[in-house]
Amino acid sequence: MTMLRWAIGGRRAHEKSSGLKTRAMANTDLRSNRPLSPHLQVYRPLFTMMMSILHRITGVALYGGTVLVVIWLLAAASSPEAFDWVTDIYGSILGRLVLFGFTWSLMHHMLGGLRHFIWDFGYGLDARGRNWLARATLAGSLSLTLILWIIGYAVR
Amino acid sequence: MADMRTPLSRVRGLGSAKEGTDHFWRQRVTAVANVPLLIFFVVMVIGLQGATHSEFVAIMGSPIVAILMLLVILSATIHMRLGMQIVIEDYIRIEGLKILCLLGNTFFTIVIAAASIFAVLKMSFGG
Repeated sequence: MTMLRWAIGGRRAHEKSSGLKTRAMANTDLRSNRPLSPHLQVYRPLFTMMMSILHRITGVALYGGTVLVVIWLLAAASSPEAFDWVTDIYGSILGRLVLFGFTWSLMHHMLGGLRHFIWDFGYGLDARGRNWLARATLAGSLSLTLILWIIGYAVR
Repeated sequence: MADMRTPLSRVRGLGSAKEGTDHFWRQRVTAVANVPLLIFFVVMVIGLQGATHSEFVAIMGSPIVAILMLLVILSATIHMRLGMQIVIEDYIRIEGLKILCLLGNTFFTIVIAAASIFAVLKMSFGG
């Protein structure tokens, strides 16, 4: 019964004046002041939430990306032919796209980690702080990635 | 006192899993190490682009680069094993599959570490 009340409690007081009197139940007066139950699967996405899951996604991406590093190192350790073969693939358009994503994942996960350090020391946990940190992480990771690739093309 | 724990258990602070904050702490230690190490790695990769095979092997095999690369590999693989462990424990509910994935996680990260350490050492000691 409590669960049912939580569920219908989600409808706010303004519905009472919408003319749908049939929906009004005996406990309408109780509805208005009760807290809403957090619905775990229907949840307005917040920026900090998105950045939290993005930290995890970039972590998993980097996990898979280590395969590329191992192939690169093993090819170099094997023979000049294998090395050329791998560098050609990594240097192709598709290869560069993947490496660009790899760079961004690394920068994003690194800045996300630094954000966690700041939180570990007890700073930036209030609404203003965490929103600022979330924005700074995304802006920082995107600009660092671009800067690194500009440098990469410049020194080539 | 409502606390049923013995004073010794409280002092040890290891909790029911007998690991305490070990996982958290190792995650942070490797994270701290990863910051300078991966900055080195990215700078090295940018510097190595366009290198011929012999140049690449010479640079990768030089003592400082090789030692730093070994540290990158160690710190990163430990860190990613801990991270993926949490992801698996969070999302996989079937007990048997979860244990399989945790095993696979350990094997994968160790294979990654062993293969890249081998490659770096081979370039260092001459191959």
